[in-house]
Amino acid sequence: MAVSLPDENFTLQATGRVARRQAVSRASKWVLLGASMIGVVVLFALMVDTIVVGWSRISWSFFTSYPSRFADQAGLRSSFIGSIWILSLTIVFVVPIAIATAIWIEEFAPKTRLLEFVKLNLANLAGVPSIIYGVLGLAVFVRLFGWGSSILAGSFTLFLMILPMTVIASQEAIRQVPPSLRQGSLALGATEWQTVWYHVLPGALPGIITGVILALARAAGETAALIMIGAFTFIAFDNTSIWDSFTTMPIQVYNWTVRPQEAFRQNAAAGILVLMTVVLTFNIAAAALRERFRN
Amino acid sequence: MSEAPPTTPPTEAAPVHEGTATPRPTMSRKSVGASQRTAPDRFTPPEPPALEVRDLSVYYGKKMALSGVSMQIPVKKITALIGPSGCGKSTLLRSLNRMNDLIPGARITGAVDYHGHNLYGNSVDPVEVRRRIGMVFQKPNPFPKSIFENVAFGARVNGYKGDYNELVERSLRQAALWDEVKDDLKKSGLALSGGQQQRLCIARALAVEPEIILMDEPCSALDPIATLKIEELMRQLARDYTIVIVTHNMQQAARVSDYTGFFLAGEAAYGQLIEYGPTEEIFTTPMDPRTEDYITGRFG
Ligand SMILES: Nc1ncnc2c1ncn2[C@@H]1O[C@H](COP(=O)(O)OP(=O)(O)O)[C@@H](O)[C@H]1O
Ligand SMILES: [Mg+2]
Repeated sequence: MAVSLPDENFTLQATGRVARRQAVSRASKWVLLGASMIGVVVLFALMVDTIVVGWSRISWSFFTSYPSRFADQAGLRSSFIGSIWILSLTIVFVVPIAIATAIWIEEFAPKTRLLEFVKLNLANLAGVPSIIYGVLGLAVFVRLFGWGSSILAGSFTLFLMILPMTVIASQEAIRQVPPSLRQGSLALGATEWQTVWYHVLPGALPGIITGVILALARAAGETAALIMIGAFTFIAFDNTSIWDSFTTMPIQVYNWTVRPQEAFRQNAAAGILVLMTVVLTFNIAAAALRERFRN
Repeated sequence: MSEAPPTTPPTEAAPVHEGTATPRPTMSRKSVGASQRTAPDRFTPPEPPALEVRDLSVYYGKKMALSGVSMQIPVKKITALIGPSGCGKSTLLRSLNRMNDLIPGARITGAVDYHGHNLYGNSVDPVEVRRRIGMVFQKPNPFPKSIFENVAFGARVNGYKGDYNELVERSLRQAALWDEVKDDLKKSGLALSGGQQQRLCIARALAVEPEIILMDEPCSALDPIATLKIEELMRQLARDYTIVIVTHNMQQAARVSDYTGFFLAGEAAYGQLIEYGPTEEIFTTPMDPRTEDYITGRFG
């Protein structure tokens, strides 16, 4: 068989319109990269600055000391414990209620106008500024229910604040479960609840966990709503009951940043490092859990 | 029962005029006669009916999808529902085990009698219906669980108290899948090939010991070899189960079914049962010219 020679008048190199389109395409990659880098660089700079300022303050005594008038004796003890109380209670409230709400909306609720109204409101509530939840918490939990500025009032406020976003994330996760699975289950004589329990929930769990953790990260960093309900106080004892007054790490950090002395700024930076580590740990735990449930 | 069903492709069927030609000799595998047919869509199979559909109409919202279907589904036979897409075959099938209940806005008039009870009677629980009348779907839909759990699931939710190992093995054997999977029952059902997945879905349906199995185009997502395996399996299952299969593949209907119902959504836009009878008659001596047009490939 004869080998044909390359045709001199024929080229597979980009010319004309193709060349122009390829140039745009190549340029777009750089533009997109640049856009991404803005966020990364700013975040990185902030991190570095925080570490430089705060690292020297990280020590065991920083965790075991109560707040103090003296910067070098002040620590995170009460706010760390307060954060753990608040977040634990918030999880306990939000997980079952959010999942139940999402299941009801997606699987059981009759598709009526009322349901559309509820869904619309959920989306709106997820966008309400946290200070509004603080005002609500103050009026209802602190005053009306007479719970005072307690851990219970704080966690209820945060629970209400993150409920909409958790419900919405859970709804998304539930919608991802293919309808064919539900049909397969129902066609075998499973009830709707059995179908939800054995197929929809396990399928949606990775997404639900992600949603809950992201919402919790927001709750962990929340300051305004808690200050609103009166958590901005000097706590020099370990919380032991849901009726205790409390403070949390972001409030403590805020507390330190408003002090004029340089030494308190260092405390604040160290507090931020701890807070970021906690949130990061949440996210890693979420990823690990998600992978486990995926298999 | 004959293992080698006749495979006369319908396109080869010579145009015949209603009621004149006798069935071809190769089609004589079944002992069903033509005598019960008085009109294209009026036919009473000689076997007792497993299901009796009476003047069934189905609406999706305001739109009528199926109009006035009456037919008897004979016990332990394979009944094929054929017709162009959109003529309401799946709609009819879903209304035979109340899967239509799951579609918002679906509404049904008429009756489906099963052991003398109307499936749409007031005191009938759809969960109870679906346990007795199983369904296999167009796209294989195994659960993302092990093969074992896939088969055991239906029994579990129905509170089966017997030996699950035995149940799973029996069901997988019945579905002609046991030999291929017996060594890794812990493997995910999703790791199987398409044809195996569909047989797993059949095994899963068999494990709850239904009387009737509804299959909605069970082979349309499968290759020809996997398709033949399922068809063979259906012939075996027809010894113990009543099977209703929807197919848009006329050769398949001709190969596996004992009775065939032809549906069409004409200008009216809602599906109707045009002709129903023994499969060989439908394919060789259809009474309605529209049936003939369809099986000879002139439309649809
Ligand atoms: N879930 C549904 N909602 C609304 N209309 C539907 C639905 N399913 C089917 N239909 C309509 O009903 C008619 C019959 O559909 P179907 O039973 O799926 O036909 P086939 O299975 O014969 O292709 C079609 O016109 C289709 O558009
Ligand atoms: Mg269909």
